[in-house]
Amino acid sequence: MHDLQPITPLGQKKPQVDIHGSVTLTENIETALASFAARMGAETKAKTALKAFIGGTPPAPGHATKGDISAIWMGPDQWMVMAPFASHEDLAQQLITKAKASASVTEQTDGWCRFDLTGQGLADVFERLCPAPVRSWTGGEATRTSIDHLGCFLVCHDPAKITVIGPRSSAGSLHHALLVAMKSAL
Amino acid sequence: MTQKNRLDGGLIDRSETWSFKFDGKWMKGHKGDTLASALLANDVRLMGRSFKYHRPRGPLTAGSEEPNAIVELRDGARKEPNTRATTAELFDGLTANSQNRWPSLKWDVMAINDRFSSFLSAGFYYKTFMWPAAFWEKIYEPIIRKAAGLGTLDHRPDPDSYDKGFLHCDLLIIGAGPTGLAAALTAGRAGGQVIIADEDFVLGGRLNAETFVVGEGAGSDWAASTVAELASMDNVRVMPRTTIIGAFDHGIYGAVERVSDHLATPEDGKPRQILWRIYSKQAVLAAGATERPIGFHMNDRPGIMLAGAMRAYANRWAATPAHEVAIFTNNDDGHRTALDLQAKGVKIAGVVDTRANAPQSDMYRTIAGGQITNTQGRLGLTCVEVTLSDDTTQTLTCGALGVSGGWNPNVHMTCHQRGRPEWRDDIAAFAPAGTLPPGLHVAGAAMGEFTTQAALTSGMDAAVSALGAIGIKAKAQDLPLAEDAPVSITPFWHVQGAKRAWLDQQNDVTAKDVVLAHKENFTSVEHLKRYTTLGMATDQGKTSNMSGLAIMAEVAGKQIPEVGTTMFRPPYTPTAIGVLAGRSRDADFRPVRKTPSHTWAEEHGAVFVEVGMWLRAQWFPRPGETSWRQSVDREVAQTRKSVGICDVTTLGKIDVQGPDAAAFLNKIYCNPFAKVPVGKVRYGLMLREDGIAMDDGTAARMAEDHFVVTTTTANAVAVYRHMEFVRQCLFPDMDVQLISTTEAWAQFSVAGPNARKLLQKVVDDDHDISNEAFPYMGCGEITVSGGLRARLFRISFSGELAYEIAVPTRYGDALIRKMVEAGKEFDVVVYGTEALGVMRIEKGHAAGNELNGTTTAQNLGMGRMVNKKKDSIGSTLSEREGLNQEGDLRLVGFKPVDANDPVPAGSHLMTKGTTVDAAHDQGYVTSACYSPNLGHHIGIGYLKAGDTRLGEIVRLVSPLTGLDHDVEVVSAHFIDPEGERLRA
Repeated sequence: MHDLQPITPLGQKKPQVDIHGSVTLTENIETALASFAARMGAETKAKTALKAFIGGTPPAPGHATKGDISAIWMGPDQWMVMAPFASHEDLAQQLITKAKASASVTEQTDGWCRFDLTGQGLADVFERLCPAPVRSWTGGEATRTSIDHLGCFLVCHDPAKITVIGPRSSAGSLHHALLVAMKSAL
Repeated sequence: MTQKNRLDGGLIDRSETWSFKFDGKWMKGHKGDTLASALLANDVRLMGRSFKYHRPRGPLTAGSEEPNAIVELRDGARKEPNTRATTAELFDGLTANSQNRWPSLKWDVMAINDRFSSFLSAGFYYKTFMWPAAFWEKIYEPIIRKAAGLGTLDHRPDPDSYDKGFLHCDLLIIGAGPTGLAAALTAGRAGGQVIIADEDFVLGGRLNAETFVVGEGAGSDWAASTVAELASMDNVRVMPRTTIIGAFDHGIYGAVERVSDHLATPEDGKPRQILWRIYSKQAVLAAGATERPIGFHMNDRPGIMLAGAMRAYANRWAATPAHEVAIFTNNDDGHRTALDLQAKGVKIAGVVDTRANAPQSDMYRTIAGGQITNTQGRLGLTCVEVTLSDDTTQTLTCGALGVSGGWNPNVHMTCHQRGRPEWRDDIAAFAPAGTLPPGLHVAGAAMGEFTTQAALTSGMDAAVSALGAIGIKAKAQDLPLAEDAPVSITPFWHVQGAKRAWLDQQNDVTAKDVVLAHKENFTSVEHLKRYTTLGMATDQGKTSNMSGLAIMAEVAGKQIPEVGTTMFRPPYTPTAIGVLAGRSRDADFRPVRKTPSHTWAEEHGAVFVEVGMWLRAQWFPRPGETSWRQSVDREVAQTRKSVGICDVTTLGKIDVQGPDAAAFLNKIYCNPFAKVPVGKVRYGLMLREDGIAMDDGTAARMAEDHFVVTTTTANAVAVYRHMEFVRQCLFPDMDVQLISTTEAWAQFSVAGPNARKLLQKVVDDDHDISNEAFPYMGCGEITVSGGLRARLFRISFSGELAYEIAVPTRYGDALIRKMVEAGKEFDVVVYGTEALGVMRIEKGHAAGNELNGTTTAQNLGMGRMVNKKKDSIGSTLSEREGLNQEGDLRLVGFKPVDANDPVPAGSHLMTKGTTVDAAHDQGYVTSACYSPNLGHHIGIGYLKAGDTRLGEIVRLVSPLTGLDHDVEVVSAHFIDPEGERLRA
């Protein structure tokens, strides 16, 4: 076991938690990410491998699957796979093993920061952040959108829990944008 | 001062009495007042001065179309000039000041302009300031600049924040008068997702300004109960204080919500205003209509206002501009005003109706076929002169005059995508027609349906039809009965022979100016507008354009439809720049990107520089160092002497995978990549399609089907975009997958003779990184610090023995701390971008300054890298004759002949003995620095035929700064030209 101490995307030892009104904003560092892109002619094989890994059909455009191990649709035959960091720090390697050259897999865990927003009134917050039609979401939706110039993923677990995954180097700016919108809307 | 002009009734809340200050004088008003209504209630008619002639003016309207009552609202940093008193919602403590006057509103020195009005007619400055030409810059322009503008800014930053947001709906309803409310009720009850927006703070539109009965009760009561029902529906969003400012593509509308304008200061964390982008599937324009005035001599005195506005002040705000008023009208609407005001106890001096068959009333005196031909009262109306049909004149004493020339449908949104309204004789106005923005339906007064009953019905019908278009079935509603009197109007634009009949009251454009424009052949409406400035003020001519067109038609001998209208453009009403910027201002103008070692760098006093959006450490000053050069020289010297560490995470990293990964890179780079062995890195140069150098970097082959490509920091996004374009559009048959991993890995350069020794203390023992096992340009996956996955690349930007080591970003902070600790025995130094730059210039490596979008591989001295045995992007066009001339620019180095001379980047090179001018230019210095290793300044840059001129002494000049001294042309590789260090 190595002896290097990780820091959070916000540059701290512990994840940041902010509460404003009815919403709690939590920096989540417990998610491992890997991109999974089917190779040409191996799309079915790749989908089957991914299905086995995430325990369900890979999501269609605009959607994410639910559960500890899940996936977000990212492009034609491309998904972002999410799994608990503690058990899947080597998520990319696990997927490579499963895919058996049917897909190109790239470790993405630390390319991103993740913030979870929970509570009532999330649609009010997100309508001040991005064009995604969050108010109509019921759970299971996911999209790529832009928040304060930052390309982000939005994943709706249910209307009271939405995850924002954004570029790690701009975690501070993204966190600030989320907090400002919470204070503005709630 | 008491509220001497306050009437009974109205929709104001008399239980809340508020104080406000206008031009230093405190007055009282009530909740629900606007600044204008409160001022009128306090017997203040004079509220502003016009732009050109500084004529005293009072409110013409009771809404956002106001040209006259323009004030500076609030004070201090929140001061907001050019704000309409007619829409400014009163709050306790509100402060307002009149503007465009000195020393006071009543006594304004610049009113002298009015005396010279015959010299200041339309187009005067086009004619006047032509000569002498030399006067323009020094005399005319400063004077015009001083005279220009209305209110003044505070010049301190706006302390409030603004927000932006995005809304989605099935149906957007623009306007919440009877039409909009009927539409919303219909759509809301049908279950559609509805947004209804209105610029007013009380919804109901004219229902709140009239005394009509709707159903069993007052129109305002029906409006209030309907709004309450709508607000109770989950599927309806009611947005008061929200102006739809424009109709854009694909059903998108812009809206400005004034969240906190009615408060002294916004609540903590809340924005002042929000700019909403509304994505609608369908929209109903229920924007109503704007009353238009009639032009007559001296029709601009404070107290002269639109009759509908006078009615609104009396009925909604219980305020009257005077206790004795007269009316001037060409339609039945003017008579309503007389009846309503009389019912409130205001004396009616008479109703002057231009129609010979005007309706008579026993409630007040009607002068049928009469015209108002003059008015009196310097700072406020005292009487009007009426010319009767038999040409005799009479004087009516009155403190206010209500004028009604008919109503213009608010067609603006229907024209924002170049639609043109059409003239309708029955209402003597332009109404929406032709191609409307897709999905937009128009109803009510905006469509020329001027009765309340027609408004309700057409609003309902529009909602049914709009929802039907998207498959939502809406039922017809059982709407209440309302007023349904037919429109009776005889067009009457201006009183013939009037000398000073004001059309555009803000910009002081008269009927005479329109005639003059025609005489001088500015007959097109667009020319008329620009020549006279008609409709170019903050109100955009909402009350004046129509009269201008009518008069132009008259003098041109045309019909109004032949003259046409000018183009309506967004925004519908003045919009603050602040709300367009939203949150993107000051430090939040754009996101900040921080490197993994940012915290460590801060702890060690780094001076940061913005590179793109990245904050990178520029240098790390140590105690005793008084200039940046000392810090940078130390960092360079220590790195070359022992070992230095630099965070290079910002370089772009692109993961390229797939069976065709190598073939793909062979297309992207101009030099060969097909046969790079696994475990090796290759330097690559990529060209644009046109053969110009695009970016350089390295590609490391981690596996047969896996490369990691690095790009320069600045071009990371551009290169990734380029590669995606190539993959998706040029070579879609290649089996290759791309994804950025720039941020996923914390990457550090470890450079210097002791780099390997340092790394050996960090890299786990089972990975042999000796020179033999891990030679120059090697790469591989390793583990560090007891098992953490990492990547190691033996590449060098500094020219030293160097590596780049990468770990997952979360461990980057720990890794630099560990390497600094491990490097203590070597006196390791952490260096910033300045030292990085110095070392790459010493080594002669090209960077952004050299890859400047105009240079080729040939220019860079890399012409032979463009492999002709394969086809790569840009390869063919790089062979263009013009890019391959003898004597072309070549990258070389320069050192000063006198070692004390600087070599500034940007300086130009001249052959000795030639004239210093562009024709004799030989090239320029692209990058320069002081080399602590050589003890003098050095530079690299492009020189014509530079590769053949080594040893030549050339002049380095900068005519702008007076620089002129000799430099020697040398190889660009100042340090270790044979590359022995990096292979050590």
